[in-house]
Amino acid sequence: MQLRHLELVDVRSYDRASLDLPVGATVLVGPNAQGKTNLLEAVQRVATGGSHRVAGDGPLVRVGEEVGLIRCELETDVGRRRRVEVEIGTGRRTRTRVDGQDVRRAAEAIGVLRAVLFAPEDLTIVRGDPGDRRRFLDELLSQRRPAFAAARADYDRALRQRNQLLKRSRHLSGSASEAAAVTIAAWTEQLVTLGSQLLAARIAAVRTLAGPVDRCYRDLADRPETVGVRYRSSAGQVVDELLEEADQGPVPAVAPLAQALAGAYQEVAGEERARGVTLVGPHRDEVELTIGALPAKGYASHGEAWSLALALKLATFDVLAEVGDRPVVLLDDVFAELDTTRRDRLAAACERFDQVLVTAAVEADVPLSGHRIDVRLVDGVTRLEPRTRELPS
Amino acid sequence: MYEGAVQDLIDELGRLPGVGPKSAQRIAFHLLQIDGPDAQRLADAITRVKDTIRFCARCWNVSEAEECRICQDPRRDPAVLCVVEEPRDVLAIERTREYRGRYHVLGGAISPIDGVGPEELHIRELLARVGEEPVEELIIATNPNVEGEATASYLSRLLTHHDVRVTRLASGLPVGGDLDYADEVTLGRAFVGRRELGA
Repeated sequence: MQLRHLELVDVRSYDRASLDLPVGATVLVGPNAQGKTNLLEAVQRVATGGSHRVAGDGPLVRVGEEVGLIRCELETDVGRRRRVEVEIGTGRRTRTRVDGQDVRRAAEAIGVLRAVLFAPEDLTIVRGDPGDRRRFLDELLSQRRPAFAAARADYDRALRQRNQLLKRSRHLSGSASEAAAVTIAAWTEQLVTLGSQLLAARIAAVRTLAGPVDRCYRDLADRPETVGVRYRSSAGQVVDELLEEADQGPVPAVAPLAQALAGAYQEVAGEERARGVTLVGPHRDEVELTIGALPAKGYASHGEAWSLALALKLATFDVLAEVGDRPVVLLDDVFAELDTTRRDRLAAACERFDQVLVTAAVEADVPLSGHRIDVRLVDGVTRLEPRTRELPS
Repeated sequence: MYEGAVQDLIDELGRLPGVGPKSAQRIAFHLLQIDGPDAQRLADAITRVKDTIRFCARCWNVSEAEECRICQDPRRDPAVLCVVEEPRDVLAIERTREYRGRYHVLGGAISPIDGVGPEELHIRELLARVGEEPVEELIIATNPNVEGEATASYLSRLLTHHDVRVTRLASGLPVGGDLDYADEVTLGRAFVGRRELGA
């Protein structure tokens, strides 16, 4: 897939910008705080329905304005021209149009433009909490299958309901406690049904990711160590055994996972009642990353952590490209963080992408041939100045 | 902000479900322009509904008498009860003209976040009816969302020891539509709930 044309009206530091984008690499060059990341963020917003920097659309609208517009024209792998427009507002509902038609739900526009963004914030996938790794996996799954995003939202809702119920019925005794147990069981059933769907999808995603991540890491790292990606369930031994089987055989079906989850809830029922909180389920699971024999979190060096985070995102490209169009790749301020060897390796890895947009403060940091655009802030507004002459590779 | 009475009207309208501040304003100014009798008719309709409409003593549907019209209708099959969340769900099912049994309106769905547990719903009354009336099948028609599913699951657990068949409405594709217009979630559920042909 290629992003052919991008238009921003009152988005972040842009008042009005219009940009034609070529195939291959485009490097946005300019000092910090000129608006480079804002442009990638806007593309990411159209592709995934959210920003990698903030929750909610409010901050994306230019200060002092009420509505911002991001318009993307793209060409699919089979040569079809498509258009996605997102009108974001402070307070008001967003309006999204695909090919000129208003969509009923914003989720329908997710994935029309497919993009993979790598930004410095992504280092948290390796170094951050289990929640950061789950979010990475869930975002990937949501771009791949819209139904996943819906199941995930339902699970979160059922979890909140169940936790509230557990909290409230903590100090009950006798028949009131028994009555509460039946209501809790009804919510447990929801968590089992929805949770087993999430589990099956995540396990399948981890399996698909493992190979490409290992490959991408070897392409980037100094020492070609084996990288492992494994899913660790909070539901204990039964699910872990299913996962072991999953490492070799086919991905476990939803039904046995649901059975295992139900068993796990039975085991912790007493403790959950006492503590007033849900103790097992996909919201407590971990995606374990290893480099060589060691867990990446806590052991990886700075360079290794960067290579792994980058490898995870580059592998996302492969996983998305497996079903449907090849995504546009967005690299935000990445090259500056890498040493010369890794820069060259990343540049080489970029060659397999149809289109890649890169931001950099120092042009010499990016050993990529291709289009250059100067980005600078003039009177508080970002100006884009494409260079006509291409640099020799 | 407008002067007293106008602002009061806008505030009241704004409390209605589905009416935002902009719509409340538009409706208020529309009401200001219409003729006196028209406005009176609307006010009367609201007052009358509050004075005369109550809930059916048997099924908790809206009713003008002690029991609602459906409960009083001898042609309705007393062996089948359809359990719904709200009176408006009764109306929706009645429009299909497919259903000839009776109803039981719960008055909502279990939602701990909103402080709604089984005690806040007409579940005790439902159990009493199952014991007293010749009910053979309960069709649970709560909404196909998280709360509706949990309520359905709760009811089926509660009724395991009763001699009654408990069924749940299927969720699936809208009839007469095109497959490619169905949203992914509905289509996904329809896949899960697919059935054997010719069985």
